[in-house]
Amino acid sequence: MTRIVQSLYPVSSGLTDKDDSLSAMSDHHHGHDHDHEHEHDDRPGPHGAPLTDVQLRVRALESLLVDKGLVDPKALDTLIDAYETKVGPRNGARVVAKAWVDPAFKQRLLADSTAAIAELGYIGRQGEDMVVLENTPKVHNVVVCTLCSCYPWPVLGLPPVWYKSGPYRARTVIDPRGVLREFGVDVPDGVEVRVWDSTAELRYLVLPERPKGTEGMTEEQLAELVTRDAMIGVAQVKAPAR
Amino acid sequence: MNGMHDLGGMHGFGPVDPEPNEPVFHHEWERRAFALNLATGFLGRWNIDMGRYARELMPGPEYLTTSYYEHWLYGLEQLLVEKGLVTTEEMRTLRPTAPAPGDLRVLRPDDVPRRLRAVRAARMEGDVPAKFKAGDEVVARNINPTGHTRLPRYARGKRGVVDRDHGVFIYPDAHAAGLGKQPQHCYSVRFTARELWGADALTRDAIYIDCFEPYLTPA
Repeated sequence: MTRIVQSLYPVSSGLTDKDDSLSAMSDHHHGHDHDHEHEHDDRPGPHGAPLTDVQLRVRALESLLVDKGLVDPKALDTLIDAYETKVGPRNGARVVAKAWVDPAFKQRLLADSTAAIAELGYIGRQGEDMVVLENTPKVHNVVVCTLCSCYPWPVLGLPPVWYKSGPYRARTVIDPRGVLREFGVDVPDGVEVRVWDSTAELRYLVLPERPKGTEGMTEEQLAELVTRDAMIGVAQVKAPAR
Repeated sequence: MNGMHDLGGMHGFGPVDPEPNEPVFHHEWERRAFALNLATGFLGRWNIDMGRYARELMPGPEYLTTSYYEHWLYGLEQLLVEKGLVTTEEMRTLRPTAPAPGDLRVLRPDDVPRRLRAVRAARMEGDVPAKFKAGDEVVARNINPTGHTRLPRYARGKRGVVDRDHGVFIYPDAHAAGLGKQPQHCYSVRFTARELWGADALTRDAIYIDCFEPYLTPA
């Protein structure tokens, strides 16, 4: 029986063979050939792949909890749907775009982030106490959770695997500029890098700099430019190519 | 606890490996493990700090070679047994033999929007005096508790400056141990990269760590 391998090591998602995981640990150049066609559906498919230990365990645990009346499987479906289709980084992008075009909102956002974000309707679990960090020509902010994976769910959705992974959690506090370079962000020596380790119940959202060349754009158009990574602080927002 | 989860500052993990166009979940079992954690959490038998601590108790070698939702699954299995919702025998066989406690309010689909939009969590009202204020120089205590703590190892014994007082929050070290909320001020403390990592670090860079008041002493 194979074991799902999407570990803290930088291995590709979708690998299900132990040998692959070992080779991936020593091979950092496996590239980005993450292939969603290789999503291993837990239902035995036409190719008849056997279920892994963890698939069997989760399935058995769910039926145990349903049989005992502790969970309603329809509530599980509703929870999954909420985070798969309703909550995500588009919410945060709207907050950022509004701050770029509305100086009064930006002021409220920096003074009381939770209340200002709530004006747009984004509230609740893992976003109860928000802090917005403004990037400027002199300061670049980047957010990490070294102890687990704290992340502002109402504005960014659930965190990507790399945010929860060993490399990001280990290195961002000791080598932030190196991590940022891997994301393609070269912070000049004259700019201060501030790393925010989310060790308590505050949840951080980076307000990226508005790119030059976007002066004529509407709030909606600007929101389209804002990426999840820019709101974590590992990317800059780019103006659209002309 | 000085567990494998406390990764800040370690070497040897290789490069960060972002996945373009990453899906929210990679496997059906991840969806179910995620939702099972939330749904059982809403039963109210444990709090989020107990939840984090249960994941931290996963043996180190296993923690490093398993995925994020496997950590969640491990923690959930521990809590279900520890808090009396599932017996050890049931967890071993994964077959029900004992009735669940009768006083539980099971999460229904209609409850989900309200539960996810609840705005009260760890922040506490009430008049708790603050020992520190913005600008104060502090030292993070050198503590090594075997229980849950949110003071990462890399900050212990280091000097910093209070950047801001976030207000009063549930104290996770006590809350995880079932000792009540013990409200404490939580401060954002600025540590210079040089203080944490030595002379090779850039002078200008800094790490901000959210520190509960018991983690700090005056410098």
